[in-house]
Amino acid sequence: MKQIDARKKACPLPVVMAKEAMETEEQVQALVDNFIAVQNIEKMARVKGYLCSYAAQGEGYAVILSKSQELPKPESKPLASCSCTSDYVVVINKEGMGQGDPLLSRKLLSAFFFALTKQDLLPSVILFYNQGAYYTCEGSPLLEDLKVLEEKGVRILTCGTCLDFYGLKEKLVIGGVSNMYEIVETMAAAGKVVEP
Amino acid sequence: MIYCKSGGCTAKLGAGALSRILSKLDKNMDPHVLVGFDSHDDGAIYQINDRQAIISTLDFFPPMIEDPYLFGQVAATNALSDIYAMGGKPLTALNIVCFPGNLDLNELGKILEGGNAKVLEAGATLVGGHSIVDEDIKYGLSVTGIVDVDKILRNDTIQRGDVLFLTKKLGTGIIMASKQVGDADPLAVKEALSSMTTLNDTLLKQIPFEWIHACTDVTGFGFYVHLDEMLHGQYTAIVDGSALPFFSDCKRCVDSFYLTAAAQNNRNYLGDRIRFEVNDFFTEEIGFDAQTSGGLLFSVSKEHAEQVRQLLPCWQVAEIVEKTDDSIIVR
Repeated sequence: MKQIDARKKACPLPVVMAKEAMETEEQVQALVDNFIAVQNIEKMARVKGYLCSYAAQGEGYAVILSKSQELPKPESKPLASCSCTSDYVVVINKEGMGQGDPLLSRKLLSAFFFALTKQDLLPSVILFYNQGAYYTCEGSPLLEDLKVLEEKGVRILTCGTCLDFYGLKEKLVIGGVSNMYEIVETMAAAGKVVEP
Repeated sequence: MIYCKSGGCTAKLGAGALSRILSKLDKNMDPHVLVGFDSHDDGAIYQINDRQAIISTLDFFPPMIEDPYLFGQVAATNALSDIYAMGGKPLTALNIVCFPGNLDLNELGKILEGGNAKVLEAGATLVGGHSIVDEDIKYGLSVTGIVDVDKILRNDTIQRGDVLFLTKKLGTGIIMASKQVGDADPLAVKEALSSMTTLNDTLLKQIPFEWIHACTDVTGFGFYVHLDEMLHGQYTAIVDGSALPFFSDCKRCVDSFYLTAAAQNNRNYLGDRIRFEVNDFFTEEIGFDAQTSGGLLFSVSKEHAEQVRQLLPCWQVAEIVEKTDDSIIVR
């Protein structure tokens, strides 16, 4: 498959490069460094009738375009598994922030996520496990902020075992499902782990 | 001149991100403030006596073209536009300047000259400014205007049955993007620049104030987002997609996917509040394209539509109906 590297290219170059590559290729994988570029390439694929898939890779995304029915999904390589020193991971493993009154704890966590969206340095991954799993599911008060974070390239992962246990499997609305291996690897590779 | 990563209004922060932060600020309730930022209007209005009010607005951005004089003109035209969009007359202007310390100051001189030319054309006076050293060039104006309190044009006073007119063509973002990839049609660039340097001062010279129910300038975000703002959740607009005016060559540019991030931000912001009944990618993109120094979008009742068409060069683009599940329907 032809590879193009459109990272650090200002719009509209990533979508233009992807379109031009597809003029001669069956399949193309494009690397981009922001989610808007992914969306612009998706739009182009829709108009051109190409299939399109993407996954987070490093600080950006890999997008695969395909003219045939076969559409491979790009390998997911979250930032946590690369050797970025400024890298951190946020862990949400209970209902709310800190310990104390439940109402206050939930309020604090909402405020934490709002403030997180305003940080210059964002976490590479946010892990949700145990009771934290509720926060990536329908009715979560954090969805709007999580959407903002995801759009900025933050990976959102929820523990699959936890979703099963709490009967939330059908209710997950943001991010991907993860397993203990990935959770251990993500936390071990992180520069630091932040647990509010 | 240092070419900026995202010039003009395409450099603007997304509407969604902004309103979330603004909604968290404390407000002082001064009764003289007739229009503040909570109404998302083009400028702020402060009543100074029984008859008159002051309009304050500011706008600045990085260059979208290499020619410093033209950039100055575009930035000033854009900044002055908010005063016209509120029905006012510009009085004074202050320069806002960010300029790299290692660049030729003559470049800055040309930017300011271009800006001043538009201030003078608007009949206003340049009275000062503020300059700081910065990595990239940015320029604009803070403008103060005056308006009679009973002649303020607002953006949230649209009425059911109104028809909407647009006074400038769309596509400045698309044309500038084609320039950025080195595949621009010089004629289209000329057309876009001439539009971006045309003052929005003719509306009230041609159309009686009483006819105009609501008005905003289509600059910063795209046409659809500004239209959505005017509806303020109370009405639905039916847009005639085939009536949207655009610069020559825009179609070729969209076919070549010269699409900006700003347009996608606008699309994300409106989400499913807009519904396209026409299956035409160009109609989607042209309406989401972020405009720099765009035209005025104003509404009048149907009975005046014909006369408006005769009095003012403009395009009838939409109609207001009762609120449905969609904010905007494009046909």
